[in-house]
Amino acid sequence: MDVSLLLIILLVGAIATFLSGDKWASKTALVFSLAAFGASLYLLSLYNAGQNINFIARWISVPNISLSFKADGLALALVLLTTALTPLILFSSFGNSYDKSRNFYGLVMLMVFAMAGTFLSDDGFLYYIFWEIALIPIYFIALIWGNGNPQSRRKAVVKFFIYTFAGSLFMLVSFIYLYLRAGSFLWADLTSVELTAREQFWIFLGFFMAYAIKIPLIPFHTWQAKVYQKAPAVGTMLLSGIMLKMALYSIIRWQLPIAPVAAKEYMFYFIGLSVAGVIYGSIIALKQKDLKKLLAYSSLAHVGLIAAGIYTLTLDGLRGAVLQMISHGFVIVGLFFAAEIISRRYNTTKISEMGGIRIQSTKFTSMFMILVLASISLPGTFNFIGEFALLYGLTQVNIWVAILAGTTIILGAFYMLKMFQKVMLGKKNEKLFADVNFNEGFSMVIIIAVLLFFGLYPKPIVDLITPSLEQILAVINRI
Amino acid sequence: METSLLLTLLLAPFAGFLFNIFFGKKVSRNISGTIGTIAVAVSFIVSLNFFFQINSTKQPILIDLFQWMTLENFNVNFSFLLDQLSVLWLLFVTGIGTLIHIYSISYMHDDENLNKFFAYLNLFIFFMIMLVVGSNLLIMFIGWEGVGLCSYLLIGFWYKNQDYNDAAKKAFIMNRIGDLGFLVGVFILGYLFNSIDFATMKTAIASGQSVDLGWLGFATLCLFIGASGKSAQIPLYTWLPDAMAGPTPVSALIHAATMVTAGIFMITRLNFLFDLTPDVQMIIAVVGAVTSLVAAFIALVQNDIKKVLAYSTVSQLGLMFLALGLGAYEIAVFHVITHAFFKACLFLGSGSVIHALGGEQDMRKMGGLRKYMKVTYITFFIATLAISGIPIFAGFFSKDEILMVAFHENKALWAIASLASIMTAFYMFRLLYLTFFKEFRGTEEQKHHLHESPSLITFPLVVLAILSTVGGFISFPGNSWLNGYLTPIFIGAREEHHLDGTTYMLMGIAVIGALIGIGMAYSNYIKKSQVPSEDSEITGFAKVLYNKFYVDEIYMAVIVKPIYAIASFSKNFIETAISGFVFGLGKVTNIVGNQGKAIQNGSVGFYLFVFVIASASFIAYLFLAQ
Repeated sequence: MDVSLLLIILLVGAIATFLSGDKWASKTALVFSLAAFGASLYLLSLYNAGQNINFIARWISVPNISLSFKADGLALALVLLTTALTPLILFSSFGNSYDKSRNFYGLVMLMVFAMAGTFLSDDGFLYYIFWEIALIPIYFIALIWGNGNPQSRRKAVVKFFIYTFAGSLFMLVSFIYLYLRAGSFLWADLTSVELTAREQFWIFLGFFMAYAIKIPLIPFHTWQAKVYQKAPAVGTMLLSGIMLKMALYSIIRWQLPIAPVAAKEYMFYFIGLSVAGVIYGSIIALKQKDLKKLLAYSSLAHVGLIAAGIYTLTLDGLRGAVLQMISHGFVIVGLFFAAEIISRRYNTTKISEMGGIRIQSTKFTSMFMILVLASISLPGTFNFIGEFALLYGLTQVNIWVAILAGTTIILGAFYMLKMFQKVMLGKKNEKLFADVNFNEGFSMVIIIAVLLFFGLYPKPIVDLITPSLEQILAVINRI
Repeated sequence: METSLLLTLLLAPFAGFLFNIFFGKKVSRNISGTIGTIAVAVSFIVSLNFFFQINSTKQPILIDLFQWMTLENFNVNFSFLLDQLSVLWLLFVTGIGTLIHIYSISYMHDDENLNKFFAYLNLFIFFMIMLVVGSNLLIMFIGWEGVGLCSYLLIGFWYKNQDYNDAAKKAFIMNRIGDLGFLVGVFILGYLFNSIDFATMKTAIASGQSVDLGWLGFATLCLFIGASGKSAQIPLYTWLPDAMAGPTPVSALIHAATMVTAGIFMITRLNFLFDLTPDVQMIIAVVGAVTSLVAAFIALVQNDIKKVLAYSTVSQLGLMFLALGLGAYEIAVFHVITHAFFKACLFLGSGSVIHALGGEQDMRKMGGLRKYMKVTYITFFIATLAISGIPIFAGFFSKDEILMVAFHENKALWAIASLASIMTAFYMFRLLYLTFFKEFRGTEEQKHHLHESPSLITFPLVVLAILSTVGGFISFPGNSWLNGYLTPIFIGAREEHHLDGTTYMLMGIAVIGALIGIGMAYSNYIKKSQVPSEDSEITGFAKVLYNKFYVDEIYMAVIVKPIYAIASFSKNFIETAISGFVFGLGKVTNIVGNQGKAIQNGSVGFYLFVFVIASASFIAYLFLAQ
């Protein structure tokens, strides 16, 4: 068995969901997503047993494009994140009903298929196709099933589409240039092309445009908050939980190994930009009046830290970044789900209309509190592991940068606890708030269990990703 | 055997936490409280066992469970170190913890969330044990942040009141400022030693491994910032008085006896590093001395009984930091212990008073309570004597040793600390007189209900009063059991101060100073029967003191407001500008491409069309390029 099977399951799942009809769509999608999760676990066991799970086939001979899917520990970790989060996201949506749900869930599965393909592609062109396919479903999901005024929603979503699409074109140009030099799109060939420092700079920049917009890093982030706010909960979770990790992953997989000289030369600028995003995102989060937008800006701060860790080019920075990508995926999905649980009851995401919820809902309060604590990286939660390694990696580059980035632990506590106080505490809200039902509680408990388990015992993930990161670092340091 | 004992020590309170969270509402209130108490009592018994073992074998116990974090140059394990220092701390944390749990069964009996209260208290004890027994800085940090979390949960325990929630949030955020310092210190130490294990670092220093002293000084300074957040030193002390919003047993346990001493514990743990950085030690000593004086000044005029005790705690912690800065770690530890006894007694006593008065905390509305509450009064009196430094009571010995070291090392610091001690005697007796002497100044209805608290409340008071009396004997001047006991945690031998003429002279000065403070309080509040004036009538310097030197207001104006201003500016201006720029760029493209209409409609078909055309032409190009 190899990784192509996983992609087939997801693609078949998407088609089956389209065909299953509105009544069964959500359940069909859930079944296939669980099958995909099972398949990824099986692939993991094969990988750990040392078996070859890669899939390589010729596709187009001229130009030289192959269907090459490779899974190292790093790719597997991200695939597992994707396939583990998908059933949770799907299950969490069982409390909502969507018009034309077969289209909705079919698009979700298609997006997951594309994201998994992005993580697994070993051929640059294949990778680019998956990268772009992933964008299309989320465009429709946010546009058709989103919240709020249709006019302003369309404006936000279209802007997002054009923006990320335009950014990706720069990456495409980089790939074309590389192809002309290498005669192939395979990762191994692209990373062994001899490029001058000047060429590397432009290629690096081309990749950067695509990734900086997708992650997003400041000042390329202006699409984010509105899209997170307008998209339906499922869309927001997919975007923040998985899709932005595509870009972070791509920096490690493609940008750094292909243009290591540029990466080293301009390291400080990119670290600086990322760290600026940490502070900027945190500070703006302080002033947000909308819960989903606040979470969007908290996400901006967190991914800034992750990007900073990656650009340190240290093992600790990279490892911390990958750990943080995974833990952030879980915690942000949990937090957006908490926002969704509130908006199911109060029909709003405005913080000013909340408050006084704790007194009415013990279970929900505890769950939300734990997620908030994980989000501010309390030791004992998974998020602390990554954040500590990230900041330690930054310390190896420059201690003052690490201290600046470290202000996230203060500012993060500031805006998250402020939010929690306004949303949950205080005198009883006049509007009734029913505590979480079984379905809601189930998804939450799993997310929390993951965050706490790996917070105490991250070793399985560390052992999975470390050899791959060391190999990539060796490629980066080849010159 | 040792591993399972250690796990019992750690997990008993955690089990209590789980029980009370999940089943606390289903069982009766007394069972909920009793189980919470037993959970801590179990830890106390285990701690006693470890204490006797270590006291006789003198061998530290290291227990390594599993690997936790992986870094390039070192790993961090879940491992625990039981040595002289940690078991001593365990003893009073779990011992006083047990007493306060007993007290809480009665004190919190009518609270609707009693089970949560015990759950949080148990969780606190769990994290405090983790903090104390961790064998490296990061396990300590789990406990460190964990106790901060419990502090947050318990300060905001009555969450319907947003002022209390504000206080809880403030405590957490100010602690986090310190925590950043802690973490940066850890980073540097990890870089310097390739390890953050206490034992490894100590061995490295003891074996003479050369360390970059500049970086080491940076690290110890950062760690001290961490300590000053947790232990409420200037400039990070303002959260502690606000933390009095929590239920009184919490103030006694967390905000007086145990958690706030974590900074002192950490610095004592790392004494071998601080000893190498005398400049940082000097900073610690000065910050400690100044904190003790500033807090004592503020305490002079406060009228809320818990606020006085809170500032007194800050002041006493300052004295402990003074001792740390002078390298007299064992004396700081000594004062931590005696302070834990008498301050817990004072807080619990004030809780007993507040309980009797139906929630009143303003001393102007108390008075004459000694007639109604004999046990509370006597125990409170003993604890007041102890904190004021009256001979034979516990505080006398520990405070006197701090003053003695200060006198030998730096006369100015000695003078500051002595002044703070005199003021302590004054404001503590002011508190005692206003609360327990003269006539009752509350309402008739309150007077009618005045009563001694039930025995679950008075029993802990009596135990703590006894400890406040005899606790000082563990380090008798000239013949200190404690100093000998703690020797192994240091590198090399410790110098011992012997009793001589100067010692007796200093003791005399300290006692006279305390008596002067008491005399002034007596003259004001007994002889002249003064009662502090109403808030609006306070003027002059007293007003500045009453308003705590306006430090909160200054922080608000200098730090919090500017952050919000930057936030507003960024949100309203920068975000709009960037967004406008990007969107403007899009518009320019539209005009140039004359495709405005299609884009306005958001027609995705158009984009897909572009996508397909672009891909197709790209592939066509590649074919042609062959």
